[in-house]
Amino acid sequence: MRRETIRVQLQGDDSIARFENVGLRYGLGPEVLQDVSFSLPASSFHFLVGDSGAGKSSLLRLMYLALKPSRGLISLFGRDIQTTPRRDLPAVRRQIGVVFQEFRLLNHLSTFDNVALPLRVAGVKEADVTRHVVELLEWVGLKDHLKARPPTLSGGQQQRVSIARAVIARPKILLADEPTGNVDDRMALRLMHLFEELNRLGTTIVIATHNMALVERLGRPAMRISDGRLSVIPGTRGGEPKRESRESPPSRAAVPKPPRPAAGGAATDEADPPGIENFL
Amino acid sequence: MFNVKRSDLPLDKDAHSRFLPWLIAFMVFLAVLAFGGILVLGATAAKWDQGVGGTLTVQIAATDDPTRDQRNLQEVLNLLASTGDIERYQVIDEARMLRLLEPWIGAGAKVGDLPLPKLIDVGIAQGGKLSIDALRARLAKAVPEAAVDDHRVWLNRLVRLIQTVELIATAILAFIAFATIGTVVFTTRTGLSVHKEAIEVLHLIGAQDSYIAGQFAGRAMLLGLKGGLIGLTLGLPALIGVGYLAGRLKGSALPEVSFGILEWCMIAAIPLAVSALAMSTARITVLRSLARMP
Repeated sequence: MRRETIRVQLQGDDSIARFENVGLRYGLGPEVLQDVSFSLPASSFHFLVGDSGAGKSSLLRLMYLALKPSRGLISLFGRDIQTTPRRDLPAVRRQIGVVFQEFRLLNHLSTFDNVALPLRVAGVKEADVTRHVVELLEWVGLKDHLKARPPTLSGGQQQRVSIARAVIARPKILLADEPTGNVDDRMALRLMHLFEELNRLGTTIVIATHNMALVERLGRPAMRISDGRLSVIPGTRGGEPKRESRESPPSRAAVPKPPRPAAGGAATDEADPPGIENFL
Repeated sequence: MFNVKRSDLPLDKDAHSRFLPWLIAFMVFLAVLAFGGILVLGATAAKWDQGVGGTLTVQIAATDDPTRDQRNLQEVLNLLASTGDIERYQVIDEARMLRLLEPWIGAGAKVGDLPLPKLIDVGIAQGGKLSIDALRARLAKAVPEAAVDDHRVWLNRLVRLIQTVELIATAILAFIAFATIGTVVFTTRTGLSVHKEAIEVLHLIGAQDSYIAGQFAGRAMLLGLKGGLIGLTLGLPALIGVGYLAGRLKGSALPEVSFGILEWCMIAAIPLAVSALAMSTARITVLRSLARMP
């Protein structure tokens, strides 16, 4: 049973993001992330929790290709990132929407231009850019602030601009780093509903947060990082909204299990024995 | 691949992009002068080559015996007359000799008291196959006092001088190019670090390196063009002024400085060349820097 699951996940590329034994260290320092392995099915919704400094942001940075892992394998949308030529990475990045922790809006650009960026770098025609951006900003309630510069907006408005920029190009996966960090609970919940709405439309969502109340309230599964290792807290609403019966939430035991005897099928290709069973 | 009108990076507000055009203007000013110099020198060398190359001078040293001098002259003239490929020959008369000597012996001197050599100005047919060495040997055999001066030594020295100056001017052009590249690299790197945050965002939302590089390249091209035009505006009057002053030195060895349309076009193209240089320098600098990002 377990072996079958592995095969399905290694071959049938319905996983949006897959990590195998990923380790990350900055320079010569200790490993910030150790043996992180998981697989996110398409259209899943996960929280990423852990104390501050536990490595949530590092994990997200690996996922949005701002960092390269020190070891291990990352594949996104069925592509092994390590073997993907550098010139092909922008195309991969365009399928990833990121809501940065500090928004990282470009202060010299208007709201409109900030949200338009992902379309423009992708070479979308200006007429289509205008149509899509205006439509989306209308949807997030910022239609009256098209020309405003980010510094003149409130924190919540900037957040919505940042989310709009993350989703404008219809990414396959949306990564949000503490998107509810500096908004009140009511706003946080509204944002969560926005993410759930996007998820319902098919976007895979990963939200890093330390707001456990919110996690429990939404009942979605969570990946927990502590001491650089990943474990899973199953959600009360089941693993994945669309594949509850077949898919299991990404998981990894907090304490590494001893390596299993060689697994069959595609799994034998893996060089690092401890990684395989972590897919569960 | 770059869009000059719309930029995602606030490059036009950078302080360094205000001084870059002036640095480039200065470079282009120098480049216009140096390049103008190269063109003038090239034209001068060509003119000298034509004007002097087709002639030689036969000189017959004066002896104590005037009848022997006369005989020598006649023999040389006979010999020249029988030599092929000689277009013309003309004995330089006394009045002209005195004019040539005027700077040394002063005006109003008489020839009578001075043993002057006879000079014969010989014009060689264009494209002829006259061997100057053979002519020299035959003359020496017939008239030991005769010597042939084909201006070669004098001309070689001049040509070497011109070549040296041309080389220096070319080196100046190369230095200007290097300095421009260095300035643009420095400015671009400053821009890269000033806008590091925005560039990273562009990178992370999937911008190709060429997209980001294009913004810098487009900006550098504009600044280069602006500076280049300022430099050209300052350099042209300077060049024309130098040409005017040189033109007033009439009768000197300097030929008239006048450029054809081609030369003017080449000078006018300097700002474009500098602009293109700035553009590609900025592009390469950014691409190299971005290659370090994952």
